[in-house]
Amino acid sequence: MFKAKKPKQIPANLLAILVSLIMFVPIYLLIVNSLKDDVQSKAMGVEFPTSVHWENYLTVIEQGKLGISFGNSMLYATGATIIVVLFSTAAAFVLSRHRSRLNRFLYFFIVLGIAMPINYVTLTKVMQATHLINTVGGIIILYAATKISFSIFLTFAFVESIPKEIDEAAIIDGCGPFTLFFKVIFPLLTPAWVTTAILSFLDFWSEFILPLYFLHNSEKWPMTLAVYNFFGRFESNWNLVSADIVLTILPVIAVYLMGQRYLISGMTTGAVKG
Amino acid sequence: MKNKIYPFYFSIGAIVLYLLFMVLPGLMGFYLSFTDWNRYSSEINFIGFDNFALIFSKPNYWRSISNTIIFTIVTIALKTVIALMLALLLSKGLKRFFNFHRIMIYLPAIIPMIVVGIVFRSILHPTTGSLNEFLRGIGLDFLAQRWLTNPDIALYSVISVDTWKGIGFIMVILIAGLQVIPPEYYEAAQIDGANQWDELWHITLPLLLPTLTVTTVLNLLYGLKVFDVVWVLTNGGPGYATETVYTVVFKEFSKGRYGVSTALSTFLFVIMSISGYWLIKAMHRKELEV
Repeated sequence: MFKAKKPKQIPANLLAILVSLIMFVPIYLLIVNSLKDDVQSKAMGVEFPTSVHWENYLTVIEQGKLGISFGNSMLYATGATIIVVLFSTAAAFVLSRHRSRLNRFLYFFIVLGIAMPINYVTLTKVMQATHLINTVGGIIILYAATKISFSIFLTFAFVESIPKEIDEAAIIDGCGPFTLFFKVIFPLLTPAWVTTAILSFLDFWSEFILPLYFLHNSEKWPMTLAVYNFFGRFESNWNLVSADIVLTILPVIAVYLMGQRYLISGMTTGAVKG
Repeated sequence: MKNKIYPFYFSIGAIVLYLLFMVLPGLMGFYLSFTDWNRYSSEINFIGFDNFALIFSKPNYWRSISNTIIFTIVTIALKTVIALMLALLLSKGLKRFFNFHRIMIYLPAIIPMIVVGIVFRSILHPTTGSLNEFLRGIGLDFLAQRWLTNPDIALYSVISVDTWKGIGFIMVILIAGLQVIPPEYYEAAQIDGANQWDELWHITLPLLLPTLTVTTVLNLLYGLKVFDVVWVLTNGGPGYATETVYTVVFKEFSKGRYGVSTALSTFLFVIMSISGYWLIKAMHRKELEV
């Protein structure tokens, strides 16, 4: 079907290029408008800047206090990613290797969390009771908790692909469970945890609902909320808003382009086995 | 022996986080939905089904439920059909640049929704937005609309933006599904003189069905809990035209009416946990087959 015959190649390619362009429109708009002056950027138009204003980026960094929120986002996303990778890899390893009745139940129970929506309202009660509300540590733990289910699901399948004989050999050589896991299994699971790390980091960087509910001081806000706030203050200055956004999405685009192979393989595990 | 090599405490961290922050709030919802819990009183009293009665009697709550259902059904249909066409285009129609196009089409999925919202609010602006300028430029003035402020079309504008952002994810999964269909089937069909439509209807779609089931349930779960795309584009407006269950949950929460907010969340929690059970069963069946 749709076998690559020569006459069909040209329309197929043109169509693919058109679709790719449509997907790129917003990023294109952001980049060109971030370099315009405030008059030309008023309509957020598609035309190139008549003169290039790199200084918009400096203005944004100074006025938007971008440094603080950038640092916050980095801290939350990195911290939560480390927790997710460690906890979910260790859990998936044990749950997959030791299939007791309890562990099989736990696995399915945890994976059910992929579908479970977060009850933000009652979560505030838990956050208050644990004294984690409006704290940096609390938001990091909360971010991590939202990704545990999917990450265990993803890693579980990878653990199965590692032969059990490797564990036995390591135990005979005198490894305890910690050496076995960190020195032998964890390196072998690199494709799995790198995928987990990339997917988690991208999601954490984009997250804004959890901070919206649980962080009440603007100096604790991540980039996403800071951008929204900046947009509210400078709504008419699209050049500044655009520059601010470009800086916000730079890290995710970098991580995406570097890790896209891992990302795609990881996302399709489970949905399609192959 | 197994407990020594694979100690249970390795999984404790994950289990505690999951139980404490995901499961416990969900379960607490069952009780607190039946109370008058609010910001202004430290007392919590049992009030029976009052919150649910309120939800199902007031038109604006109904509107949020019906909007959520429309959003879910239309995005499932759009994302599945378009993503399937793109998956076929990329994996069957292209000889080169396959990976380039896959990267580009997935790109919107990684852009934070808050950014997507801000940019599309400018693109869809009625007087200065690029979309209306483009439509006027090619002489289709009558198509230029107040995309986000006309109550009749605002919900569909939100749906379109969400489809634009979410299509790459579904496409990537479908491409992987297409890749595991053995090429021998197509070869045999061609020998039997099947045309491309026959192949699509009798080979590709039936064999892609398990993957399509998974993407449909994923879209369903996503659609039911939709919040961010609405919040950044219209914040539920104009009026209640684009209000969804989760935007109402947030608004009730902001007003301090925690009981009503919890009741709505719990209503959704039950529906989604049941759907989730299907999802896991669907995925599990797939695992056994291949």
